[in-house]
Amino acid sequence: MKIIVCIKQVPDTTEVRLNPETGTLIREGVPSIINPDDKCGLEAALVLKDKYDAQVTVLTMGPTQADFALKEALAMGADEAILMTDRAFAGADTWSTSLTLAKALEKMDFDLIIAGRQAIDGDTAQVGPELAEHLKIPHVSYVEALEKDENSLILKRRFEDGYHKVKVKTPCLITTLSEMNRPRYMKVGLIYDAHREKEIKKITFDDLDIRKEEIGLKGSPTKVKKSFTKGAKTAGKLYKDLDEKEAAKLIVEKLKEKFII
Amino acid sequence: MNYNLTEEQKLLKKLYKEFTVNEVEPIAGEIDEEERFPVETVEKMKNNGMLGIPFPKKYGGQGGDILAYIMLVEELSKACGTTGVVLSAHTSLCCGPIYEFGTEEQKQKYLEPLAKGEKLGAFGLTEANAGTDAAGQQTKAVLDGDHYILNGSKIFITNAANADVFIVLAMTDKSKGTRGISAFIVEKEYEGFTIGKKELKMGIKGSATCELIFENVKVPKENLIGKEGKGFSIAMKTLDGGRIGIAAQALGLAQGAIDETVKYVKERKQFGRSISKFQNTQFQLADMQTKVDAARLLVYRAAFNKDNRIPYSNEAAMAKLFASETAMEVTNKAVQLHGGYGYTREYPVERMMRDAKITEIYEGTSEVMKMVVSANML
Repeated sequence: MKIIVCIKQVPDTTEVRLNPETGTLIREGVPSIINPDDKCGLEAALVLKDKYDAQVTVLTMGPTQADFALKEALAMGADEAILMTDRAFAGADTWSTSLTLAKALEKMDFDLIIAGRQAIDGDTAQVGPELAEHLKIPHVSYVEALEKDENSLILKRRFEDGYHKVKVKTPCLITTLSEMNRPRYMKVGLIYDAHREKEIKKITFDDLDIRKEEIGLKGSPTKVKKSFTKGAKTAGKLYKDLDEKEAAKLIVEKLKEKFII
Repeated sequence: MNYNLTEEQKLLKKLYKEFTVNEVEPIAGEIDEEERFPVETVEKMKNNGMLGIPFPKKYGGQGGDILAYIMLVEELSKACGTTGVVLSAHTSLCCGPIYEFGTEEQKQKYLEPLAKGEKLGAFGLTEANAGTDAAGQQTKAVLDGDHYILNGSKIFITNAANADVFIVLAMTDKSKGTRGISAFIVEKEYEGFTIGKKELKMGIKGSATCELIFENVKVPKENLIGKEGKGFSIAMKTLDGGRIGIAAQALGLAQGAIDETVKYVKERKQFGRSISKFQNTQFQLADMQTKVDAARLLVYRAAFNKDNRIPYSNEAAMAKLFASETAMEVTNKAVQLHGGYGYTREYPVERMMRDAKITEIYEGTSEVMKMVVSANML
């Protein structure tokens, strides 16, 4: 079984601090991590590797620094890593990203593609499903559990109010939730192997059958018109010396005022 | 000189940090309170290749170096001094001498399972009447055919209750003084070998520090490390390496105490504002972090020298002297900055201060470190 896991290197938003004076995000010195949903997707692939001897390849598109995320994936147990990097890929929105990834993936052999549900920096949840559409393969999103059944996968897909149990034939694509597992740690020996014995394969624009206009910023139909930091809320109001009944009444009134109830 | 970490070291540090935060920190208070050896952590360290980092892969190790290994001792000790010393004693004091002075057969038989983490190691030199004066060894080893017969006892042995393999120093020829001491590999199953009283300690309470008792223990002749009479020299060289581990433990404890204090002073309010706004707090923290960074440079230099086969005995002594005294000073200040809460077990700095004290004592006291350093000057 050949599995390709698409990962994204993102800033660790839990480590982002606010500048107390300007109220803006301090981006400097924020460590980069593997997007949590993607990391759980990688763990799901590694569980399949442990059980069925699957071959796991990790793929990312990003600047050359993204090889740190790929090395982490290798140190967790992935067999192979591919970095798609080129100036022509820069500034891509989800459409252009998924198209670029698809152009690389259509030349590769796979039974299953795993992508995380969404990235913590963009939160779109679009790249995985779009990728499946470009590749014309079935996809199941929001997967919380999976089992292999010969040439199919049996998946538990989460909905707001329940689950679907879905059987899907391979090759297919799934998007995974970070609630599905707890990713394993890297192993010391595999960290050494990732740096000393394994090579990260690079894919650039020249390797893809596509025109420059179709990808990167030029190929992105989404244009960011304005980027701004959300204004801070006003300070709350403190009501003191209310008994329980008065407090409950006040809360209900305030919620009605704000059209929440 | 290069002060930047390599990409490989950055990834190792990332692993160490994740492991410490998720696996070590949550139980650090509990193992201290219960004086319980962290068996589950040792098992997890084994699964992640952490018990044989600086040894070649062919002997079950990870093919890393001393710097990578002591960075792990440092990180673990930020949350738990016990876990740090368990790793340090196992790696530096037991695996270390087998790797450096053992025969090929000894490496295959003992180093491989130790470095893989299938077995845990300990080291026995100290006796009731032979501490800093290690030459006063009473434990005897007498050659009898193809075995040595060991009689005597050791005290204050880290990891003792949980170890499988012990490096034991014993007198083979009393008349030769330190040149009459030899080093042996002793297995816990050997008949006549028992683990005695467990010490009740001020700190590092989870580390199972016990007595070793030898009553006519038959140790195969092939378990002699090096030659007869070379034991003292092997022990001293082993301790040179061990000191880098203890210095890293001290460094971790000090940094851990600073990290806890930074969190606390931002939360704690007095006179209507966070105590981090007071200049005394700021200056104290600046002094603490500056000393810890200086200690880190000394510790990493000693590890760098050992990795690059540059003499390191003097550097290891300086690193241990400075890092352990810094740990004591910094943890003391951390408690002070926490005020009354710092004296309670609600906050980890109380435990860190108790754990820090031992780093000035074991594997050579601060006074011994000063003897080593000054001997190189005069």
